[in-house]
Order: sequence, then C-alpha cells, then structure tokens
Amino acid sequence: MTVLQLIFLLTAATTLASGMMVVASPNLVHAALWLIMALAGVTVFFVLLEAGFLAVVQVAVYIGAIAILIIFAVMLTRHVAADSQSQVTRGWWLAALASLLLFGGLLAMLTQIPTLTAGAPVLPGNPDDIVRDLGQSLVSLDQYVLPFETASVLLLAALIGAIVIALPPKAAGAEGGEP
Amino acid sequence: MLDQWIFAAFLLPIGLVIPAVPILLAALLSPHKPNSIKQSTYECGVETVGETWVQFKVQYYIFALVFVVFDVEAVFLFPWAAAYNMMPLYMVLEGVLFILILAAGLIYAWRKGALEWV
Amino acid sequence: MIVVLTDPFGWIGQTLLGLLARLGLPVATANLLITLLSAVVLGTICMTLGALITWIERKIVARFQDRIGPNRVGPFGLLQPIADGIKLLTKETVTPNGADTVVYNLAPVLAVMSVIGLWAVIPLAPRLVGSDINVGVLYVVSIGAIGTLSIMMAGWASNNKYALLGAFRTVAQLVSYEVPMVLALLVPTLLAGSMGMGAIVEKQAGLPFIVLAPLAALIFFISSMAEAGKAPFDLLEAESEIVAGYNIEYGGLKFGMFYLGEFFHGFTIAALVAVLFLGGWQGPLASSYPLLGLIYFLAKTAVVYFGVMWVRFSFPRLRIDQLNAFNWKFLTPLTLAVVVVTAVTDKLAAQMGFSRTGALLGANALLVLATVWLIGAYARSTRRRLEPVVDESAAAAQA
Repeated sequence: MTVLQLIFLLTAATTLASGMMVVASPNLVHAALWLIMALAGVTVFFVLLEAGFLAVVQVAVYIGAIAILIIFAVMLTRHVAADSQSQVTRGWWLAALASLLLFGGLLAMLTQIPTLTAGAPVLPGNPDDIVRDLGQSLVSLDQYVLPFETASVLLLAALIGAIVIALPPKAAGAEGGEP
Repeated sequence: MLDQWIFAAFLLPIGLVIPAVPILLAALLSPHKPNSIKQSTYECGVETVGETWVQFKVQYYIFALVFVVFDVEAVFLFPWAAAYNMMPLYMVLEGVLFILILAAGLIYAWRKGALEWV
Repeated sequence: MIVVLTDPFGWIGQTLLGLLARLGLPVATANLLITLLSAVVLGTICMTLGALITWIERKIVARFQDRIGPNRVGPFGLLQPIADGIKLLTKETVTPNGADTVVYNLAPVLAVMSVIGLWAVIPLAPRLVGSDINVGVLYVVSIGAIGTLSIMMAGWASNNKYALLGAFRTVAQLVSYEVPMVLALLVPTLLAGSMGMGAIVEKQAGLPFIVLAPLAALIFFISSMAEAGKAPFDLLEAESEIVAGYNIEYGGLKFGMFYLGEFFHGFTIAALVAVLFLGGWQGPLASSYPLLGLIYFLAKTAVVYFGVMWVRFSFPRLRIDQLNAFNWKFLTPLTLAVVVVTAVTDKLAAQMGFSRTGALLGANALLVLATVWLIGAYARSTRRRLEPVVDESAAAAQA
C-alpha cells in the first residue's frame, strides 16, 4: 500500500461520509458545511490526479462562490428550522439493497473494460505546458473556440435570467433603507 | 509533480493547529464562570427580542450571483492568459470577445438596477 | 562560512539532510521531514510576525496622529503584543446561548488558516519557495475564499441577529471585491505567460510589472485592501457600526485570532503586491546570493505595507452603498478594460515591433485619461440635472 493509495482511501472515506452527512443532517446549514467538506475532498482527488489547475478551480469556484451562494440561499429563507422528523425513510433497507446491487453491477461492468485496469495515465510534459495547452486549445480554431464563446453566451444568459428572477418588481418602490 | 503540493498539504493543517493551540490554552487558563446573563446574546444592551432571523434582502443574493458568473469567467480566462505568449493576435481577440460578452452582462445588470444597494 | 552566507537556506537544507541520513532514514522520508519542519517554522514565523505587526501598526498610527503609541511595556513598547496576548489568554470566553459549538469554534481557526496558507506559494528568495505549483495565482484566490467562508460561519454560529447581519454584509463586500481582484490578477499572468508565482517573479528580472501595468497594480492593491477589510473599507468591523459585526459574540483569544489574522492579512497583501508587481526577490546580485533576495523581498513588502497603513490612516470610512457602487460601477468595468487593453496592446506591440514598455505605458495613460474624462462628464451631467432643484430650494429659502 503506497502512501498515495493511503491518502486516496482516506480522502475517499471522508468525501463519502461528508456526502452522506449532507443528506442525513437535519440542520440545513450543517448540510451546507458538510457539502463544503465533500467538495474539499474532491479537490484532493484532483491534486492526486496531477490536475492542479482543476483543484484550485474547484476551491475557488465551488467552495468560494457556489457554496457561499448556497449558504446565502439557505440562511436567507425565513426561520432556518432544523428538520424535526427522522432523517431516514421507513423502507431504508430496500434502498440500501438496491444501491448495493447497482454498485456490484457497475463494478462488474467496469472491470470488463481492459484499459481500466492499467496503471495511472502518464501526462505529457510538465504542468506548465498542460495549462498552456489548455489555454491554447480554448481559443484555437480547430479545437474548442466555439464551445468557449458559447460558454460566455451561456454565462450571460445565466446572469440575465438570474437577475430577471431574483430582482423584485419596482412597482412597490424601494424598501425603507437598509437593515 | 506531486512533490510541489506537499508543502501546501503540510502548511494548511499546521495553519489549522497553530491558532487552535493558543485557543485551547486560553480555555485552560481562563476562568470559567458561566451564568445566564453573560451567555445571553448581545442586543445593544437590552434583552433579546424575537428569534434570530434576518430580513430577506435580495441584494446579498444578487451580489453573490454576479460574483459566481464573473468567477467562472475568470477561471476560463486564466488558461488563456497563461498561453498568451504563444498566441497570434486573433486568438487574443477571441478572448477579448469572451470578456466583452460578459461586460455586456454587467451593463445589463447595471441598467436593471441590480447593482444598487438598497 | 562563505557558503553559509551565500546560500544559507541551501546550506541548512543540506545539513539537515545529512543529519537525517546519518540517522538511517531513506532520502524520501528525510525530504518529507524537512518539508514538515519548514512548514512548522513558516507557520510559527507567521504568527509571531502577526503579533509584531500589531505593534508596528500601533506605533505608526500613533505617529500619523501626532502621538507616541505604546511605549510603557518594554523598550519602545515592543513587549506590548505579548502583554496583549497574555491579557487575551486569561479572559473568560463566554459562549452565547444556542451557539453552534463546532462551527463557532472552527471559524477563528479557519480565518487564520486561510491567511497562513497563502504563504505556501509566495517565493521568498531565489530557491526558497514553499510550494512552487504552477497555479499559484489561482491558489491565492481560492485560499482567500476560505477566509470569506469562515466569516459567514462566525456570523451564523453566534446565534445573534446582529452578528448574522454583519456577517452577511461583510461577505457581500468580500465577494464583490473579489471580482476586480481576480480580474486584475489576469494581467501579471498575461505578462509573464504563467500562473506560477515563481515564474512571475523570474519574468520581472529586467523590469517589474508595475511599470508595465500600473493600473492593474493599483486595482489589485485597492481590491485586496477591501478583501482584507482594511480602512477605508472597514465599515463592517468598526466599533461604531453594527457593533463590530460578526465579531460580537467572540471574546478572549478567539477574537484575538480574528484580529491577528486580519492584521496579518494586510501584511500578506503587501507581500503579494511585492511579488506580483514589484518583482519579489529580484534585485542586483539576488540570483547568486539568495539572502540578498530575501532582504529585497522584505524591503519591498515593508514599503507596500507602509502604503497600506498610510491609506488606512488617511481616508474616512466608506458607506456601504458607496462601497458597492465603487466596486461594481467603477472598479469592475475598469478592470475589464485594463485586461482587454493590456492584452491587445501587448500583442500588437510584439507583432509590430514597438517597444513593449512604451506601448503599455501609453495604453495605461490613455485609460487613466479616459476614466478621468468619463468621471468628469458624469459629474457634470449630475450637476446639470440637480441645478434646477438647487435653484428652487434657494429661491424657496429666500421667499
């Protein structure tokens, strides 16, 4: 068992446990915080896969922007109450059985693919070149320039849509001052 | 290449431990005499009235939202900037087009009054 | 002895390696141990430096305000931070009713961690950098985001509606000012052709980037100061406003940690500006004598930090709506313009053979002129719009 494998197993256990706590936690804000821990686990996976750029993007965008957005949304709804009912449904053992069967089936199917059992893929060049290749591929005419520009239009659409939905109608006038 | 991350991987937990040690020390050294008045939450000198919730102000949410969009945009632009030295002019202009489309979004938000704080 | 002086860090590393090898450890484990030791040393230095900086700030603010500052405790008041530390250590920490214990205690720890973590990527001397990752710039952004999260946690876990309100407003400010900061960071990446801090410093061997991109440096400086909550952007933790914001329910050393983290964040910003725009450890003879490189870096950081303090003690506080208007209506469009202009100008200058420095300086100057003209036009139109109102009220007052 190499050190990398050990780190991977620990991180996988943490991420899965945090993921389960997201769903099982009765307090919504706690669930958001467990989500942040799960996202941090994914960051470690990216680092282990030698995708440093994606790891920092994960922290910067997911934990730094999206998690904060989720926490805002959770906290700004009135009276963040803890869910007082049981967090587990009555037929939970059926669900556990179904997911175990699904896991077994997927595992059986995936081991049929011959290339999957090979070692870790060797990345070309040094990490600097990888990021530069990514940058160049985003704007080069025979690679991904069209999805790149379409992504900006998509972001524009998301921005406009969110503002249209979130902004209160001006008819009532401004609320009295800031809280 | 993974060796580069080892220092950061060590520094972050150490950064967690270093402030935690004085705080634990303080918990040991400081007096511990709780009473109900000391532990009541602060409300400018009067008794706490009402539950702890805050009036919904959509402005907070909109700022976070616009930030998400611009953060994702910046994340797309960083590889473009890193590869800057090996790009001909038209590739630079494609990145500029990306920025201009999102600047149009900022102008839309401005005109709609989404960036006002009241 | 000469070897020690010319490359003390390398010599220390070699000696430790030799020591550990003689104890029988394989090289890889020895390297790991040395990395762990250096991380501990860096963390400890950060904390002590943070305490020292509180003393420096108090002395300098005193001089700005024509008084002396702490001078009772120890020579020149140098032991003042220790006295403050002992005082905070022995204060009773009162946990408010209904506070979420884990989150409440985790918040100050996370706030300090987010500042210490930044030092992992800052190149201190030619071959002395913690983690020479090639995405250092984005790493800085992401670790800063963890600090924002810790404030949100602090505000919510205190079970106090004023803390929550203060935390919301603080996070809204921090999140808003991250936009121009991240966009301004695109400019040194562009000029250096890499996101790694080490590469950015190496590319500044001839000319620091502040000459090539003064506007971007200024924007980064201003938005990082807002990110660190330093005046004039410190509305949300000032005592007269919303009663110290998210800090209300924190006492004793937990508050001390927030306080220390914030002061140290100011210093870290100065270090980042020095690395990204002033050339970090670059200077005459720095590549052959790493110790000189460290001295240059510290000197540049000190100069920028003095600038941070100068701004802090000279300007009045901004109101929250002024804060947000300044960010979204001025800084963000300006930053976008700076990135676009820098990218296009540099490429054009390279292709047509103009001097890169001259073209970029000229472009920056044009942008400044355009901005000043735009602001002037806006002010004129506002004045014209408000003139009838002013005339009316003057006439009504006379009547």
